[in-house]
Amino acid sequence: MILATLIIAGSLLMILYTIASKGMQSLTWDIISKVPEGGYYIGKGGGILNAIIGSLYISIGATVLGLVISIPVVLYVNIYAKRNSWLANITRLTFDVLFGIPSIVYGAFGFTIMVYFGLRASLLAGIITVTLLVIPILARAIDEVIRLAPTELSDATYALGATRWETSLIFLRQAIPGIITAILLSFGRAIGDAATVLFTAGYTDSIPTSLGQPTATLPLAIFFQLSSPIEEVQNRAYAAALILTFIVLIISLSAKYFSKKLSKHKI
Amino acid sequence: MSYKIRLLKDRLSANIFLELSLFSILTVVLIGYGLYYKSSPILQQDTLWHLLSSTEWKPFKNEFGFFSYIIGSLAVTGIAIIIALPLSLLCAIYIAEYAPHRIRQILVPLIDLLSGIPPVVYGVWGVLTIVPYIGDHIAPHFVDYSSGYCALAGGIVLAVMVFPLIVSILLEVFDTVPKELKEASLSLGATEWETTRKVVLKKSVPGIIAATVLGISRAIGETLAVLMVCGNLPMIPHSLFDSVYPLPALIANNYGDMMSIPMYESALMLSALILFVIIFIFNAISRLILYRIENRS
Repeated sequence: MILATLIIAGSLLMILYTIASKGMQSLTWDIISKVPEGGYYIGKGGGILNAIIGSLYISIGATVLGLVISIPVVLYVNIYAKRNSWLANITRLTFDVLFGIPSIVYGAFGFTIMVYFGLRASLLAGIITVTLLVIPILARAIDEVIRLAPTELSDATYALGATRWETSLIFLRQAIPGIITAILLSFGRAIGDAATVLFTAGYTDSIPTSLGQPTATLPLAIFFQLSSPIEEVQNRAYAAALILTFIVLIISLSAKYFSKKLSKHKI
Repeated sequence: MSYKIRLLKDRLSANIFLELSLFSILTVVLIGYGLYYKSSPILQQDTLWHLLSSTEWKPFKNEFGFFSYIIGSLAVTGIAIIIALPLSLLCAIYIAEYAPHRIRQILVPLIDLLSGIPPVVYGVWGVLTIVPYIGDHIAPHFVDYSSGYCALAGGIVLAVMVFPLIVSILLEVFDTVPKELKEASLSLGATEWETTRKVVLKKSVPGIIAATVLGISRAIGETLAVLMVCGNLPMIPHSLFDSVYPLPALIANNYGDMMSIPMYESALMLSALILFVIIFIFNAISRLILYRIENRS
């Protein structure tokens, strides 16, 4: 048993070690701070700033859009609908199932919508597709905290004459630590996911300036550079992987930190 | 504020929130329908059975047989579960029943971190360590030649990816086993291992099944990490060291070319539909099992 545990925990450390040791060798300031220059893909100068910025745009956009949809749904299920009503149960099941749907299916579906509406592969299409991916993550995480809030809280607000809308605001206030954790989780998932943006966001060497332009993303930058036969380009893929891992680890660690720290003063 | 405005706000928000909820339930239907709509041309051309059982994949001749891709998916998923299930089970038992509190507090976040790592990073790790190790050290003992990009590599990488999912679900399941049951068993003189085996595990069988099914559906839909390590040759593998070409990799690799041949796009959308249906059913079943366990406790 201890051996099994060691293997599982060890595989994490091994992944981190491999990525860090390989990535450090080729990580330079240029890679973080420059967009690809001419001949970048045959080993000449430049960096992957375009992919870093693109990934940030998509993750932020998708998380914000996801919040706008998931918070009302969670509030409806917990406060407006009756506890354990048919609708509430179906909604929870839906999110649990959607949570398991792989990103390639979202990617294919996003591509279908894109073609249907006549959109090109663009930042907007990427954000919409990734939003579909993060909605279940956000909804499940927020639902978990709101569901745990004591029923006395809603009893008290209703007794004071508050409407359901006002009660929702009270619950939302109560759920802020959970919401922050949810945001970080969703952001981490969005920034690391490749299969959704593969079809929908396209890839370019410049930083997008409008929603209609295609954009590069970090996971795809890693993937494309790794498949290059030129060693220098491959090495940059390792550096990019290190950057991505670093961002994701920072996000998950701060998610842990926030959920611990902010839940201290909860009712 | 006058009470009319307050009531209006309340009713307005109720309506909007309800619509958003219905909309999000509808997403599942929309995804299914959208993929079905896109894949209907190829379903009209061939029967589903023919598509699933044929190995002929010649897009330019309008022949689309998914059999080798399906076998590829099953192979990597099977290997992954065979590796991941026993290890995760032992690890979860250790964390839940044996580990001291301090160690538990280190291990659980560590496993959570593992689940946060993006698939593409798993892929890079696989290419850097697993693939060369298999190619240089393991495969030569069994077969004449293997590049290392093979079913086994895909299975190992996937196994590592599903560890955290299975372990965290199992931990939740073990938590729902009533403490009284364990105490009763221990007080009757059973050893800790006997209690674990005959009380905790026995009580958790449905949960273990649900965790496994969720693990399978995560593994079968995983795209990029597998694509990077399993070689992507559409053939029926004869050993662990042959290349395979799973369904998600098929979709991801051909997204660029598919626009030129209409039937090609339809075929790829059909493979997305197949994945969607399988994973939808698996997920729904295992979630329902988990809900029942939750309600019981």
